[in-house]
Formats: sequence, structure tokens, C-alpha cells
Amino acid sequence: MDYKKKTVILAGIALALTLLYILFDLKGNIGYILPRRIIKVLAIVLTGGAIAFATTVFMTITNNRILTPSVLGLDSLYMLIQTFIIFVFGSNSIVMMNSSINYLMSILIMILFSLVLYRFLFKGEKNNIYFLLLIGMILGTFFNSFTSFMEVLIDPNEFMVAQDRGFASINNVHKDLVYLSIGIIILALLYFWRFYKYLDVLALGKDDAVNLGVSYDYVVKRLLIIVAVLTAVATALVGPITFLGLLVVNITYEFLKTYRHFYIILASVFIGIIALVGGQFIVENIFTFQTTISVIINFIGGVYFIYLLLKENRSW
Amino acid sequence: MVEVKNLLKTYNHKTVVDDVTLKIEKGTMTSFIGPNGAGKSTLISIITRLIAKDSGDIQIDGKDVLKTDSNELAKKISVLKQSNSINLKLTVRELVSFGRFPYSKGKLTKEDEKQIDEALEYMELTDMENKFLDELSGGQRQRAHIAMVIAQDTEYIFLDEPLNNLDMRHSTQIMKILRRLVDELGKTILIVIHDINFASCYSDNIVALKDGKIVKQGRACDVIDACVLKELYDMDIEIQQVGDKRICVYY
Repeated sequence: MDYKKKTVILAGIALALTLLYILFDLKGNIGYILPRRIIKVLAIVLTGGAIAFATTVFMTITNNRILTPSVLGLDSLYMLIQTFIIFVFGSNSIVMMNSSINYLMSILIMILFSLVLYRFLFKGEKNNIYFLLLIGMILGTFFNSFTSFMEVLIDPNEFMVAQDRGFASINNVHKDLVYLSIGIIILALLYFWRFYKYLDVLALGKDDAVNLGVSYDYVVKRLLIIVAVLTAVATALVGPITFLGLLVVNITYEFLKTYRHFYIILASVFIGIIALVGGQFIVENIFTFQTTISVIINFIGGVYFIYLLLKENRSW
Repeated sequence: MVEVKNLLKTYNHKTVVDDVTLKIEKGTMTSFIGPNGAGKSTLISIITRLIAKDSGDIQIDGKDVLKTDSNELAKKISVLKQSNSINLKLTVRELVSFGRFPYSKGKLTKEDEKQIDEALEYMELTDMENKFLDELSGGQRQRAHIAMVIAQDTEYIFLDEPLNNLDMRHSTQIMKILRRLVDELGKTILIVIHDINFASCYSDNIVALKDGKIVKQGRACDVIDACVLKELYDMDIEIQQVGDKRICVYY
């Protein structure tokens, strides 16, 4: 079976799961339930797709299969923003209660942060991508520490709210935010389209890419901005969820066994959707909200990785 | 013609390329020799825009390298670096196809396919074109990379130690192919090489570098000289004339 067929099959599974999620046990007030479910599934699809997409591009830029956009420090920054708001204004403040304001503010700060970081680092000669990652990691750790610092100072009830923000949750996503996210993602994709052809070549590494005529710094900087925007949108929409990318993209590479980014990106988006929609379905219908989707995905992903390790082991 | 003027590159106060000025004629094969750390690879990387220079001037066919559009430049010069650790699931043919990227941006035309076929044939890789790179031996992989550079079909070809990991048979095979590229297709080849006998036997000109400075540049027979090599490697090297070839005995 070649990678094209596999991609089509993945698309089929993703679609089937989405439909299952929308239509499963659909009774009672359909006019109320159906639109709510569609919004929810849209949010899941957007998040899964955006994270898978961003992680694929990020891994290609860095030529590294274990790095995800979380090393840019974006989800740490998100947690810092949330905790800071609670610390200063309290959990009952308008910024915390009104999800639109919170969303817009988080997204703006995260994107601004990335732009400032890139601008600062790409200025001058030191345009080394690993230097950027190092700074991102250090800042991420700093944000984490600062978050913990504020968390221990606030009221225990406020602390619960702050902690709750640390788990990705799709249960109370507002529909306006979903529409807004769709808009931002479409803009990012349109911008991405000009750079799409470079991805296969970038995967060869910097020297080969430059040899083949890619304006490396120019292209990589713009791709990094797209990665930041997509990550920011997904994080602001449902919470820190970049862990999903590592799993999804590695599974995609393992499953498709090709280098062609057109298929890798499509397939990773589908696998991202399958993982999130499937996970959410299990959370809602089997565990009846007793657990979070992060737990399910990490569990299944962990099992898959152990399987990969065992399989690799045998072939030695 | 490749013209380099007063090229300078320092890393943390250590000068790696020190005021290098050289001229490479079209249609020749030039070898860069010298001990480890002489700045050969850095020099090649700077000329081919992989590394930024500190100062100096590089012109290829009268045009400043840094001011030329990168994609246009990729149709004129190609470069292959020492370490080729690609960890993608790529077949030989797919790798070679990348050489056509500057022309077709990933959508291969008939002309591209023809060039790829020729490059594969040149490097005798046709029968293993569908093998994955990670199934190949080091030497075969090296040949696949050179095939990619050949498919790129540029006037100037820069190779950084292309004989790494190759046995004698494949080394001579590659040097003969490079020679053919120069003699039959009129390419200009610049090559970093450690084995001075290969440099002596196959290249037209040799540039000898030490500590970032040019010790001597000129025709191969002039540089392969006991005095020059003594200065370059700090060891006594005897030179024997075998047929029309000058062979260095340093064992």
C-alpha cells in the first residue's frame, strides 16, 4: 500500500470519526444538541489540524523529529498569561470570565512574543536556528517558574482555576472563537502556500537547501511565524496541547514512510483529528468526563511508542 | 571564472580564512589541499554562500555572489558538503531529483527526468535507483549525492571531500567522472581533497592552504613539489615520477 492510499484511508477514518462524534446517540432536542456538537467538533478538528500542521513544519525546519513548537515557549507563555491575570485581577474578573477577551489577548501576546523573539534573534549575523530554540527553551522555563511562583501566592481556590487552565479542554469553547480561529488559520494557510514547495528541500538540511537555491533565512523566518500563529491559535482555543504534535507527526512519518510534505502534512492533520476526535469521544462516552483528553492521548501514544521500540528492537 | 579577493573569516578571534585571493579559470579542475584546520572547507562554504564572510569580495562570472538571486545562483554553482546525514526515507532517484529543484521547484518535467536518468547513469546508480538511502553503503550514498549535484547541471561544481568513505576503486571512479565532466562537458570543478596523490593525478590546478593562508597556488605539477609540501605538512615527502604522473611517497 503506498502513501497516497494511506492518506486517503486516514482521511476516511477522520471523516467517519467526526460523523460518529456528531451523530452518536443523537436524541432529545436535536435543534439544541446538534449545533453545539458541530461547534465542538469544529474546534477539535481545528486544534488537531493546526497542531499537527505546525509541528510537521517545525520538525522539518529544525531537522529534528523530537522537537515540537512547545520549545518556542508558547504554551508556557499561555500559562503565564492566565496565571498572571488571575494573580492580578482574580478569577472572577472580566478577562477571565469572558472567553473572547481572554482568547484575543492570549493570541495577541503569544504572536507578539514570537515576533519580538524572532526579530531580536534574526537581526545581525547570529541567525542560528538552534540559538533561537535555546532562547525559547530558557524563556519557557522562566515562564514556568514565574507561573509556579504566582500560583503559590494566590488563594487556593484561585489556584484551582489557574491549574484548570493548564489542561487542554474542549468542553466549553465558544462558537465565535471557533469562527475567528478558522479565519486566522485560513489566512496563515494562504500565506503558507507560497512556501510550501520549499519544505521537501528544507528537510534535506540547511546546506543542501541553500545549494538548491532556497533563500534559507527568509523562508525559515516566515515558516516560523506561521508555526507560531497556528500554535497560538490552537493553544488559545483549547489550552496547552502541543504534546499532541510530537506523537502525531512521528506516527505519520512511521506510517507513511515518505518524505513528501504534501502527504505528510495532510496525513498528520488527519491523524491529529483522529486522535483528538477519537480521544474526546472516548472521554465523553466511555469515561463520561471522568478523565481528560490529554490522559487518553498520552496513554495511547505511549503504548504506540513502546510498540515501535519493540518492533525496531527485533529488526536489529 | 571564480574570483576571490581578500577574503577574511574569523571565529572568536581565530582567523580561519586569512586574506585569501584567488582566481579559478573556467573549464578546469582545481584541488584544495592542506592539513586539517587549514580552512579549505570554510573557504569553499564561503564561496558558495553557505557561510557568511567577514570581509572580502567573491565574484562568479563577474557577478557578486551575495547580490545574485539564490535560485539563479543554484543554476550556476552547486556544492556538496562533507557530512551527508539525511535522515529521510528517500530513494536514490528521489534524492537525485532534488538536484532539479532550482529549475522545476519540485514539479519534474520531461527534461528534468532526462537529466536525472543521465546523472544516475553517470554515477552507475541506475540499477539501484529505487533503493532507499539507508539501505546503501557509505560509498554508494556518497555517489548518490554526487549524482544529485550532477543533475543540478551547473557550470561550477564545488565538492568538499567527495572521496570520504570510498575505497580505491570508487575513488578513482569518481575522480575519472569528475575529469570527464571537465573535459567533455566543460564544467569547472573545485574540490577539497586530502589524498594529495589524487590531487596530483587528476587536477589541473592546486591551491595549497595552511592556517587560512594560501601557501602556493598554480598548476598541479608546480605545487606537488617537495619544498612546498614540506612547508605545508611539516613532513618530508618524496616525489616520484611514475609515467607522466607525480606521485608523493609519504608512508
